[in-house]
Amino acid sequence: MNRTLRKTGNVVIVLIVALLLNITYIQLVKSDAYRTDPNNRRILYEESSRQRGLITATQGVVLARSDASDDSYRYQRSYPGGPAFTDLTGYYSLRYSPTGIESAQNDLLAGESADLLADRVGDFLTGRDPRGGNVELTVLPEVQQRAYDLLTAKGLTGSVVALNPQTGAILAMVSTPGYDATPLASHNDATQRTAYNDLLNIETTGAPSPLINRATSALYPPGSTFKLVVTAAALSQGYTPETPLTGVARITLPGTEGATLSNFGGETCGNSGGQDVTMTTALAYSCNTAYADLAVSIGADALKRQAAALGVNDESYNIGLPNGDRVAGGLPVKGSGVGPIVDDAALAQTGIGQRDVAMTPLQSAVIAATIANNGVRMAPYLIAKTTGPDLATLSEAKFTTANASAIPAAVAAEMKQMMITTEETTFGAGQIEGLQIASKTGTSEHGTDPKNTPPHVSYVAFAPAANPTVAIAVFIENGGDQGLAATGSRVAAPIGREVLALAIASQR
Amino acid sequence: MANAGAGPGSPAAHPAKAPSYTGRGGELMLLIMVALIVTGALTLVELNQSRAVSWDLLWYGGAFLVVYAIAHMVVRSVATYADPVLLPLVALLNGLGLVMIHRLDLAQKVKAITSGQPVPRAEAPVQLIWTGVALIMFLVVLMVVKHHSHLQKYAYTLALLGLIFLATPAMLSIVAPKLAPRINGANIWIRIPGFLSIQPAEFSKIALIIFAASYLVTKRTVLSTAGRKVLGIVLPRARDLAPLLIAIVAALGVLFFGKDLGTALLLFGVFLMMIYMATGRVSWLIIGLIGFSGGAYFAYTKFSHVQTRVNIWVDPFGDPTGAGYQLVQSLLGLGTGGMFGTGLGAGRPDFVPFASTDFITAALGEELGLAGLAAVLICYLLLASRGLRIGMAVKDNFGKLLAAGLGFSLAFQVFVVVGGVTRLIPLTGLTTPFLSYGGSSLLANYIILALLVRISDGSRRPAPPVAPKAPPVQLTETPTEMVPVGDLRNSAWSDSDHGDRP
Repeated sequence: MNRTLRKTGNVVIVLIVALLLNITYIQLVKSDAYRTDPNNRRILYEESSRQRGLITATQGVVLARSDASDDSYRYQRSYPGGPAFTDLTGYYSLRYSPTGIESAQNDLLAGESADLLADRVGDFLTGRDPRGGNVELTVLPEVQQRAYDLLTAKGLTGSVVALNPQTGAILAMVSTPGYDATPLASHNDATQRTAYNDLLNIETTGAPSPLINRATSALYPPGSTFKLVVTAAALSQGYTPETPLTGVARITLPGTEGATLSNFGGETCGNSGGQDVTMTTALAYSCNTAYADLAVSIGADALKRQAAALGVNDESYNIGLPNGDRVAGGLPVKGSGVGPIVDDAALAQTGIGQRDVAMTPLQSAVIAATIANNGVRMAPYLIAKTTGPDLATLSEAKFTTANASAIPAAVAAEMKQMMITTEETTFGAGQIEGLQIASKTGTSEHGTDPKNTPPHVSYVAFAPAANPTVAIAVFIENGGDQGLAATGSRVAAPIGREVLALAIASQR
Repeated sequence: MANAGAGPGSPAAHPAKAPSYTGRGGELMLLIMVALIVTGALTLVELNQSRAVSWDLLWYGGAFLVVYAIAHMVVRSVATYADPVLLPLVALLNGLGLVMIHRLDLAQKVKAITSGQPVPRAEAPVQLIWTGVALIMFLVVLMVVKHHSHLQKYAYTLALLGLIFLATPAMLSIVAPKLAPRINGANIWIRIPGFLSIQPAEFSKIALIIFAASYLVTKRTVLSTAGRKVLGIVLPRARDLAPLLIAIVAALGVLFFGKDLGTALLLFGVFLMMIYMATGRVSWLIIGLIGFSGGAYFAYTKFSHVQTRVNIWVDPFGDPTGAGYQLVQSLLGLGTGGMFGTGLGAGRPDFVPFASTDFITAALGEELGLAGLAAVLICYLLLASRGLRIGMAVKDNFGKLLAAGLGFSLAFQVFVVVGGVTRLIPLTGLTTPFLSYGGSSLLANYIILALLVRISDGSRRPAPPVAPKAPPVQLTETPTEMVPVGDLRNSAWSDSDHGDRP
């Protein structure tokens, strides 16, 4: 019987070898396919047990970091920058899809990026846990924080964007209300869920949602700040700052049966008593009648061309925040636009930034920056550089020109002067001693009952006027703390001026 | 392994001389090594899970060693010549199983705490108690069964008990469903409320293997020669096979209605292989496989649960979050583990439902990788080979068939469960011997271990020294004796390998 026992031994060997071959196939040949299978939740957990890279602002200020934790996930993500920076960093949660830079730069932060291949091989050979790379943002942390504080101190819902006009680097990008990302990164499932549901519940109460990045994802009627686009179009067509425009208090919209459009407060332009005024005066006093008339004179095509050159044509900027499908926090930059402009009445209303004109605060800041940069429009960007775990630079931002002649240089120079005059005639607190600012305010009606809905107010500006290093846009929803009485000069301008001054100071 | 040098041939060659080396020293060394490995594994789990190591681990490791050292001492006294590799192999598998079950407990605890659910009862302490009980059972069997041939006397009794035991859950489920609940679609449990659950098939398996060994030994000559030849295959005579056939059919039928496909497949495969071992006739295998194919096809067409299993096997990713979830998660876990695994305590084996029972090899494969899982499989290969080796060394045919049957059953059970978990064959659901969580399984497998140890002791134990003072007997003075032919055939010394050849 030993013969058959020996043969049975061979059968046993065959059985076990079959198992061995099969697991070899699964664990070696199919390993990568299974590892990356969408049904495999292990990768998310693996990432979270790896030391994720840092997100920093300039001056080495840490906005997101991973600390060793003593539970099974090994690293705890936290956001020492606080709510002022959440719209930039986003959050990294075990339960919810990541947002912001956490999402856009996930591969790098998680150490999966192809840029980190050499590091990964090194880590593998030395037996060290793979670590993630780091992302450095362009923002000036104190400017970001101050802008956030200025908005939240008065409970304002809105946004502040500050750019370097020469490079397009985003120096601050704030959206309020903000929220704290740290509870969303908790390892406690209940904490995560509660924090997230609280954010969602805010929306159902009708209060402004903290989950929207108002700098890039909210489209507002720009109001009078749009007159800068009209001005640029007119000057490029041969108009001059001295070209006379109508100064009347009220005009009838062309092609309508008596629909009228009037200046703010129903006054004549700059107390001209209805006489013609220069374009400079019309811009400085933000005369609606003059600009409605002007828009009709230069025509819709010229206006659209100029708007497009400035990026107001549904252009979506890639500032380094996610544009892809891993977007949960509403972070891609929405495209701004002037709308269809169906007739002259629409054109007249478009000329004062109403009707279908819709712009993000970022786009408004880009317009200011383009004027400041002699008409050259730079593409805004948020990521200054990426580094490996060892802080060796992997990539550095190269600033790019979006449109080299968005506005002719001469026109830009004229506009700069007009905006300096505008700033000088603009009331509101916060003028900075010794700092010459070029600006334009906006107060835009919106809603189904515009006269009884507090207007959105805005302020776009750059400084120092002679050699601008900072351009900003401030947008405040629904009159801020001033209600129906709100104007751009009362609510937005003081904030804008302070942010400008601080940004110029901290750039040095 | 150095101690393996004491081959089975040596005691037979020099029956009068006791081998100077019993292998017990080697066994102790191996047990110490196993204790070190298991303690190391536990340390890894603690490191990866809580990032801290406490001195408690040394106590656990020490306790593990002490428990097996006691078992070793008993073996030393009651089965001195037993194969020294068996106990350490089992200790290693049992230890790794305990570590993995503990590791899964930690995962369940974290999951419960983070989701605000009550923490489920930890399985590792229960399994630890069962390990103790199983070791006691191991020692009891060793002490009660002084020689494996004693078992032959109870073959038919065991067969009857085995069948009754096997049938109990399915019967009880009709009479008293509370005592035999349907768990995961199968009636394989007897639940004694408030006390414990028993999986009777695990014990029936042993009883039926003992019966089969005994029956086949008495009938092997008839089975291997008599019968009509049809199409080149010698068909067996029904009356020779009847009791075994009845046992097989009854077993499979009962299992079929209890929907315990894994055990059915296991018993069928083991019986078939034992018939082959006893008779040496390949025709038995062919007949068996044809019968199996027919039965499997019948089952596939008739039973929806069989169809479900086959469909999942063919395309597990067709419904990755529904029916195929478990197998998909098992495959993804194994794939994620890759060559060297995620490290003990650093993977997510808890994503696979029933990770501590049916899918414990998937959990080990994820955290220990191909290298670790292959090592575990090799342990089983060694264990089964040792069983067959013991069979070859032992002199009586009952012992041969019993040892080989038990050895093969271990390997085949591992093949069925690991093959199912890794999608080599359809998933049927069985425990992995010594690794899986579960008292019945552990107890039954330690009984198998005890029997193997007992038989191996019998095979290697030197024959008692011939009394030297007996005066030489004059041949002329001894009377002649009648020797019945049947006895001659079945007596141990008349058997020879060459006799089997046609």
